[in-house]
Amino acid sequence: MRKTPKGIKTRKFSWTTILLLLLFVLLAVLILIPFYSIFLASLRPSTEIMRQGIGLDIDLSIMSFDNYRHLFSGQTKYFTWFFNSIKITAVQTVLTLLVSAFVAYGFAMYDFKGKNVLFTCVLFIMMIPMEIIMLPLYQLTIKLGLMDSMWGIILPAVAGPLPIFFFRQYLSGISREFLDAARVDGCSEFGIFFRIIAPLMKPSFAAMGIFVGMNSWNSFLWPMIVLRSSEKLTLPIGLNSLITPYGNNYDVLICGAVFSVIPIILLFLIFQKQFIAGMTAGGVKG
Amino acid sequence: MGLKKNAAAVTKEPKAAAPKPGKERTNSLLYSQKLAPYLFVAPFVLVFAIFYIYPVISSIIMSFQEVIPGQTHFIGLTNYKRLFNGDLGQAVLNSVIYTLLSCAVVVPVPMLLAVFLNSKKMVGKNIFRSVFFLPALVSIVVAGLTFRLIFGEMPTALLNNVLSNFGIKPIKWLGGPAQWTTFFALLVLCCWRWTGVNIMYYLAGLQNISVELYESAEIDGANAWQQFRSITVPLLKPTFTYVLTISIYGGLAMFLESYMLFNGNRSPGGAGLTIVGYLYRLGWEQANFGFGCAVGICLLVATLTINLVQLKISGFFKKE
Repeated sequence: MRKTPKGIKTRKFSWTTILLLLLFVLLAVLILIPFYSIFLASLRPSTEIMRQGIGLDIDLSIMSFDNYRHLFSGQTKYFTWFFNSIKITAVQTVLTLLVSAFVAYGFAMYDFKGKNVLFTCVLFIMMIPMEIIMLPLYQLTIKLGLMDSMWGIILPAVAGPLPIFFFRQYLSGISREFLDAARVDGCSEFGIFFRIIAPLMKPSFAAMGIFVGMNSWNSFLWPMIVLRSSEKLTLPIGLNSLITPYGNNYDVLICGAVFSVIPIILLFLIFQKQFIAGMTAGGVKG
Repeated sequence: MGLKKNAAAVTKEPKAAAPKPGKERTNSLLYSQKLAPYLFVAPFVLVFAIFYIYPVISSIIMSFQEVIPGQTHFIGLTNYKRLFNGDLGQAVLNSVIYTLLSCAVVVPVPMLLAVFLNSKKMVGKNIFRSVFFLPALVSIVVAGLTFRLIFGEMPTALLNNVLSNFGIKPIKWLGGPAQWTTFFALLVLCCWRWTGVNIMYYLAGLQNISVELYESAEIDGANAWQQFRSITVPLLKPTFTYVLTISIYGGLAMFLESYMLFNGNRSPGGAGLTIVGYLYRLGWEQANFGFGCAVGICLLVATLTINLVQLKISGFFKKE
């Protein structure tokens, strides 16, 4: 029996679709397994996890919300850490966006002596992993008296190279004649930035806000070095401090870990487009 | 130079035709197009000077010293002579192997997946995109903890449990006798976290390729593979270069993945010791700042060299 060309085409179409679909479903399952298994683990007693590790099977006889009840009972520092993280993330995001946009505006809209040298410095920072200079930076932080304070975390990153780069790229699309019109109307240079340019930058603020915010919320190494007292820790550092060889804190640790991810995932599901734009913002071409 | 500028500014001011000095001064500051850029860029200059230039310079100085509180003194090149020791060699080797392995997977595979995901024949694109992106939202503490439990050495731990169905005996994945198991665990964690993000980079790159190119290729009778090879690959090259760059950067700077999987910076036999892990050990576990700075300076020089070479190859300097 012969098939019409069209019939062959639809059949071919469906086969590749099915194969692709299978591949992607398999990958999606593999990616979701860790989420699923850590969530199951958060419902099991920690002694069980210490003895058996985590698995995929649901055993209702030992599962309960006891861990979460304990987490919310206020006997742990978990929510102190949670609010520390929110505070640092908020302050860091707002400050970094403001300062970086300010600097980027200077780079994008003016020609001045030393501009190229300075912008090379921005690229220079972008290329150097902060970890390489963390030893002297740590000593500097001690000298400046910024240890164990959130400013020790925020200030070194306040003029972020990537946000500066990104904003400059964004601003280069705005014509300078536009600014001259504002100047004729008697606007000062800073008035132009705050009244005219900043509102125009809203979409780029959203993308960079997510980029900076996510980095700050999940930041680990530098806050671990700077923060000392246990009531000042951020969430990742606090959770990490619960990891002991004896595993006596595993119930709080695991459900705390799960609970720390939930708000981010909810935010992501609502603002998906902005999240993806923000977290892949580094991909903009120079 | 600075004097000359000042003089110019002074001679200009009277021309502004306002005798009242106080208010006029601030006004001319606010309105000066000459000065404004410097004020805008000033925060960056401050941050750069304080948190980059100063540490790098003090790092260079400390690398020639033995840093002991109260009695720091110069010891010449001693720190640099100590560079060639087994531990640092192991750390560099581990980092390089990890970087090569991770780049071999996390750069090309997401490209293919992005092309598949972008094809007209694919259904449920948005759902897959979101699912693949989820791991990027998770902090390394949570991800590391989860994977440490998955790679547990007990027979009931997730991976060993699954493998036992295929008749494979429990393996001590993390820091076991065979080195490949440690790298395997690190690599799986790396793939889990970065595949989704890299897919997004490639998808963004793919959106910039005009559909007409494919249409005309199809008219010319090019099959899917030919289209992929002669349209997609060359036009995705900038994205590819970018993903490769950040993957090399991330691979060489890798520390936290190993730190979390091994529950601290102390993997058995240094199986998970990386360059940054070694720096961390020198600075915070042994308080050996002088030597730590010497290692840091060498890394700095190495990073800059790699970057400059890479920029040179990618033709960055020609454009500017």
